[in-house]
This record gives sequence, C-alpha cells and structure tokens, in this order.
Amino acid sequence: MQENVLLQMRNIDKSFPGVHALNNVDFTLRKGEIHALMGENGAGKSTLIKVLTGVYQMEKGEIKVEGNKISIHSPQDAQNKGISTVYQEITLCPNLTVAENMFIGRDKKSFINSKARIKRANEILNKLGIPARGSQILGNCSLAIQQMVAIARAVDMNCKVLILDEPTSSLDDKEVNMLFSLMRDLKSRGVGIIFVTHFLEQVYEVSDRITVLRNGELVGEYLTEELPQVELVSKMIGKELEELSSLGESDEKQSAEGEVFYEAHGLSSSEALPFDFSIKKGEVNGFTGLLGSGRSESVRAIFGADKVGGGTVKIKGKKVSITKPVDAMRHGIGYLAEDRKRDGIIAELSVRENIILALQVMNGMFKPISRSEAEAFADEYIKVLNIKTASRETPVGSLSGGNQQKVILARWLLTHPDYLILDEPTRGIDVGTKLEIQKLVLKLAEEGVSVTFISSEIEEMLRTCSRLIVMRDRHIVGELKGKDLNQTQVMKTIAGGEA
Amino acid sequence: MKNNFKRFFSSGLGQLTIPIISICLLIIFNLIRDPSFFSISIAHNNDGNMVLAGNLISIINGASELAILAMGMTLVTAACGGQDISVGAAAAIAGSVFVKIIKMCMFDFNSDIKAGYIILAFLAACVVAMLFGAFNGTLVAVFKIQPMIATLILFTCGRSIAYWINGGATPTVSSPIITAIGGFIPGVPIPTPVIIVVVMAVLFKLLFHFTSLELFTQSVGINGNAARLNGINSTFIKLLSFIILGICVAVAGTIGVSRLGLINHETLLIDIEMDTILAVAIGGNSLGGGKFKIGGSILGAYVIQMLTITLYAMKVSSTDVKAYKAVVIILLVVIGSPVVKKYFGRMVSKAKANRSEKKAKGAVE
Repeated sequence: MQENVLLQMRNIDKSFPGVHALNNVDFTLRKGEIHALMGENGAGKSTLIKVLTGVYQMEKGEIKVEGNKISIHSPQDAQNKGISTVYQEITLCPNLTVAENMFIGRDKKSFINSKARIKRANEILNKLGIPARGSQILGNCSLAIQQMVAIARAVDMNCKVLILDEPTSSLDDKEVNMLFSLMRDLKSRGVGIIFVTHFLEQVYEVSDRITVLRNGELVGEYLTEELPQVELVSKMIGKELEELSSLGESDEKQSAEGEVFYEAHGLSSSEALPFDFSIKKGEVNGFTGLLGSGRSESVRAIFGADKVGGGTVKIKGKKVSITKPVDAMRHGIGYLAEDRKRDGIIAELSVRENIILALQVMNGMFKPISRSEAEAFADEYIKVLNIKTASRETPVGSLSGGNQQKVILARWLLTHPDYLILDEPTRGIDVGTKLEIQKLVLKLAEEGVSVTFISSEIEEMLRTCSRLIVMRDRHIVGELKGKDLNQTQVMKTIAGGEA
Repeated sequence: MKNNFKRFFSSGLGQLTIPIISICLLIIFNLIRDPSFFSISIAHNNDGNMVLAGNLISIINGASELAILAMGMTLVTAACGGQDISVGAAAAIAGSVFVKIIKMCMFDFNSDIKAGYIILAFLAACVVAMLFGAFNGTLVAVFKIQPMIATLILFTCGRSIAYWINGGATPTVSSPIITAIGGFIPGVPIPTPVIIVVVMAVLFKLLFHFTSLELFTQSVGINGNAARLNGINSTFIKLLSFIILGICVAVAGTIGVSRLGLINHETLLIDIEMDTILAVAIGGNSLGGGKFKIGGSILGAYVIQMLTITLYAMKVSSTDVKAYKAVVIILLVVIGSPVVKKYFGRMVSKAKANRSEKKAKGAVE
C-alpha cells in the first residue's frame, strides 16, 4: 500500500490577508488512481492545487513525490518534477498546430524538424486514442480535443501527477465520455489524476477516491463507492441532509396567473433567430437546451445585448423599443451574463463599486451615489447574500467564483428589477451557493419579480421553473409545464422525436 | 475625516508609493548635494512685483503644462488603454488659434488687447482643441483604432495646421494680462500657471465628485464587455475622455503662449507628449487602462520636472540632460514594475511572518 503512494502532501498551511485558506491539510494520491478533490468555492481546492503546482508557496507542510521530499518553486518547476496541470481555460496557443503546441517550450534540440515533430505528435495522439492530427491548427479543434491535446502534452512530459481543474465544464456529454476514457487509459498506465469538478455525477462515474475540503480544512478521504452522493454533498457544505432535500419539496413554484410582464414577437438579433416569448409577473421560467442551442443568445436578445434584428416587444402591454442594455435596464430588466469573468465582474474594482454599478448607470452620470450611500448598499447586500469578502473595498477579482457571482446578483438586486434574467448563475460555483441562489430566485418570484433562469443542470431548472422553453439548433422546439416538467420529458424534447 | 485619512493610506498609497518615494529621494539627494537648492527668496520681477523665486518655485511653475496635460492623459489612458501622442501638436494648434483670435479682435476693433479678447480667444482655443480631441476620440472609440496610431495622424500634421493658422508667422501678443497669465498676477507672489494647475486639479476633483465619470471610466477601461452589458456607453466615455483632454490641451497651450508672449508653432510644448505619458506612468497608473489616480500623474509631472531642474543645477548641459534623465527613468520604471513590486511584497510579508514567529516564541518562553 505504502509504495503505491505517488504524492503525499502533509500539514499544508497557507494564509492570505484575512483568510486562512489552508489549515493543516493532508492529501494523498496513489499510482493509477483518479482522485476527486471536492469542496465548495472557497474551501481551499484551488489553493491546494496552486500550492502543488508552485503558483503559491506554502507556509508550512511538506510535499513528497514517490517518497522524496520536494519543494516546488514555480509552475515550470512543478512540470519538471512530474506534476502537470490542465486548466479549465485552455492555456495553449490556438493559432499554432497541435504538434507545435505539444512540444512548444520544451527540449529545443530534439524537434527542429516540423515533419518529425508532427510524426511524433501523431504517435502520441494515436497511442492515447485522441482523434486529432499533429498538423491541425489547434484553434480549429473542438474544446474537448484541445483539452486532450493539453493532456497529451502533459503525458508526453512524463507527468506522474496530472491535475485536471474543471475539465468538463464546457464539454457536452459525448466529449465528457471521450475525456473519461482517456482518463481511464492514463490511470491504467499508472498516472495519478487529481480531478477537480463541480459535477457530482461525473465524480461517481470516473473517480476512485474522494477528498473533501471545507473552509480550508480537511473533512476526510473516502472511497467513492463507499460514500453515497447525498452524504458527499452534506460533507461538502456541512449541512444536514434534511435541509437539502427540503428545498426540493417545499417549492411551491409560482405558476403565476398574473398579468404578462414582458412579451416579444418575432424578436431576433445578430445572434438569435426570431422567436416568441412572454413572461408573467412573478413567474420563473427557463430556457433549456444543449450548449449552442441558442438559449443564451435568446435571452441576450431580450436584454438588447447583441445588435437587435427585429420583432416587437411589449412591457406591461405597452410597446417599447429595446436596442441596447441600458434600454432594458430602464424598463426594469436585469441580466446576469453567462460568462462571469468576461461579461460580469469589473475585477480590479472593489466589491462596493461592483455592487452599485448598474444602479449608478440607471441613475445617470450626473447623480452619483455618494460614498456613504454606496457603503451602506454594499454592506447591506454583503450581509443579505452572505458574500464572503475581507471587506467591501476588496477588489472583486480576488473573491472566489461563487462570491463574485453573488456580487453581480447584488448589483442587479440593487436596481430592484421587475424582471431578472439569470444565465447560468450557478455555473462553476459550489453546492451551497447554488442552493442559496435557487432559494433566492424562488423568493424573488414570491415578491412578484419575473425570473428567467438558464442552467446546464436540468435538475436545478426543474426545481425552480414553472415553465421550460426547450431549444434545439437555435429554434424553440417545445414548452413544458405542469406534469410534463420532469427529467425524462425534458430530455426527450431536447433530443427530439419520441425516443 | 480620520476615515478618509486611513482610506488614503490603505488604498491610495500603494499606487502613489513610487512618485512619493521618487520625490523624497530627489529632495534628499539635493539636500546632500546643495541645501541652498531649496532656498526660496522673495524678489522683485521686471514689473516690480514682489514674487517668490528659487529652484522649487521654478520646478513647480515649469511643470504646469505637463501636469495639466497629464491630468487629461490619465483619463484617456484609463478609458482607452492607450495614449494620445498628439497633445504637443494639438497644443500648438490651440496656441495658434488663441493668438489668431486676439489678433483678429485687435484688427477688427482697432484697439489694444482687452481682457474680453483674451477670454474669447481662450474659449475659441478650447473649442478647437476639443474638436481635435473629438476627432482622435472618434477614431479610437468608434473606429476602434489603436490610440497611438489614431493620434499619430494629428501628431504628424498638427504643427503644419498650426503653421497655416497664422500664415507661417510667429506673431507676438504683448499685454499685461498675457504676461500675468504666463508669469505673475500683480500682488500675487505665486506664479499664475501654478494657480491654474490647482484650479484644474480642483475642477477634476469636482467632476469626479458630482458625476460618476470615475467609476464609468474605470469600468470601461477594466472590462469593456461588462461595462456595456451594465448599460455604460463605452463609446461615449472614451470620446469624452479625449474631449476633456482637449480642454487640458487648450489650457496648456494658452499657458505656453502666455509665457513667451508669442506663438512659435515649431517649438511650443515640443516633445511634451512623451513626458506626459511618462508622468502618467510614474504616477503609478497602468498604461493598459483601468484604475487610475489623477493625483499620481500630477506628482509624476513634478518628479520629471524636478529631475530636469536638478540636472541643470548640477551644470549638466542641456544636450546631456536627456541621457541622464533616461537613466533615472529606467530606475523608476523598474522599481515600479510588477516584478519588483511583487518581490518587495514578499519581503514585507516574510518580515511580518518572522516578527510574529518571534513573538510567538517569546510568548512560549
């Protein structure tokens, strides 16, 4: 057993100003094992990974690889010592070929010849069963293939420990399966894989062992088969099971009978084909469909985020024109964008400034919100949404993903919208925050706010929405409500046909 | 008030560290070299006014145009993530317009220069400079051209335009009022350009207090996508930053003309664009846009001027000054670089850790 141990981290300690990110954490990885690292956002997963890859320096503790104590100074150093990481966002060069990407920045002498390089790349890709060729331009490959190329690169560098940080968050089911078979293949070759993800099903599908962190501390290490899914969740969020399941039962979804708040006919934009849509006051509905089915593009059209094509829009029965985001905001619509980093946060500005931004825009340039008022708003929402931040002046970019999302939610809540569009508000955030956001959505609906909710997790949408609009290939293909709102029916409609 | 103070030191000092340290170092250097460098005396100038004189005064006075341009440049940099390299040429145009309008008024009304003419001329210079600012701004904000490329156009042709305005001549304008703008107001011992800098700084402060321009500009500069989706019109914000810089250009041009009492389109504020950008950088502002501090840029302008005057005081010839300046600037820029900052940050946290460890040990013992 002991000689099987590949990587051992002992008593790891790391603090940031105001946060004890890792407190005496142990982690053990064995040869030929897929080990899931689980925890809420802010639990210390990323910090542990960054200590292991040399991005951060630990303050206490030791790291052993195959029994030898090592110290890791930089990501490059970690690679040289056999620890490779493939991040959520691909960090290769999309404009170079697959082969160039695999060998870039490595041994300079062995592959001067591009033909030889491509040949060698093809050998590796074949061996690992990756459907790509060395001569392809990386940017033309699908995200999944790009990720696999990154893995192939790591494997070819003789990595012993492979870290996959949220590798599946932008892949569809088929691609996830491809990735998993590659992971299993590597496992059989003796590579130890650390798998970080938010998708519980995937953990159970592929991992052998699970380590759970919470608030910077080790909760425990478990064999996957011996830990039921519900228990895993309760260990991650430290809440009792009943509380978790209660949300599912107590939801009296608002199948509101009230007046129609928003209505669109033939609405289209540069990105979305014409569609009809309406939402009632206090209603929660959702767009669902596979990635690329046009669900995000449709809600962006509602908010005027892309160039508007045509169609008529009525708010409370009155015809209005929404051609840019500020028009939508003036009519009481808020929009939480899908890509939090790109379209949501202003990373270097403080939590306070991020929270007041939308309200300030609505007030206009000449009515600035005073410092004290802004501080009061920020404090209020930090408390209401339980945002974990060192202070209201902390740059929002240094918060964890879930807390960044809460800041953006706070920004929109502060404008007291009548209609809130939430595009993937729970992506890449922890289970606890997910539940909080779902609860918040239901609470808003009770208060008469209309909400359109988009999520890749159908279960989450079933729990919150009273009506689901299903999209496929950029068209609305169905609308489900009442007793049709169940997983099988949604799947059927997404897939099409009666199968 | 106490809170404000605390806030300044916790948030502001980080960015202002480099300019403040540079000024302190220059002061210490000069104190060691020659304490009399700092002597300020009261002297009579040519008009018989009691005025302040001395190296310090000439530093603060001489940096006025630079400081004013740096204020506007900071805004453009923050919003657009790029710089306007045409400010010197645009100032020559503004100065030419200023002189041209005064001359036209004198000719039309057949009289000496009156205060009214000067106000009218200044306003005209402002309008023209704002128009050129809007031209640059349109290229950058609407056509999405890199700011340096967009402003290269005016940088190249600006002094020719200035040449045409006064038909190639370098007319003089002599009037007590003009002398007062470029020198001293009778009875006031402080140079007028310095007062104008203060006024401009206050105006900026008021602008940021009574509008949310600061928040919007930073948002546009940091994340244009997110700013747009929050309803900010980033095209307008970028355009506005160039127009505000235009006002700064007109003020700087007017001061420049008033100092000499003439417009020389070839030499007025020549090469000032690079110093302006440097002042913004020394002020700790990212040239890539985003968060900014106008105060930092003003300090940056004084650092540059102090350096120049120090070198002159050391009898370095004017041709050599640029080389010496470059050496110091290399040092400043390297010290302010992220790599060095990170290194110092680590040193500080290490020292703190050591101290707390020692304390802990002491407690155990």
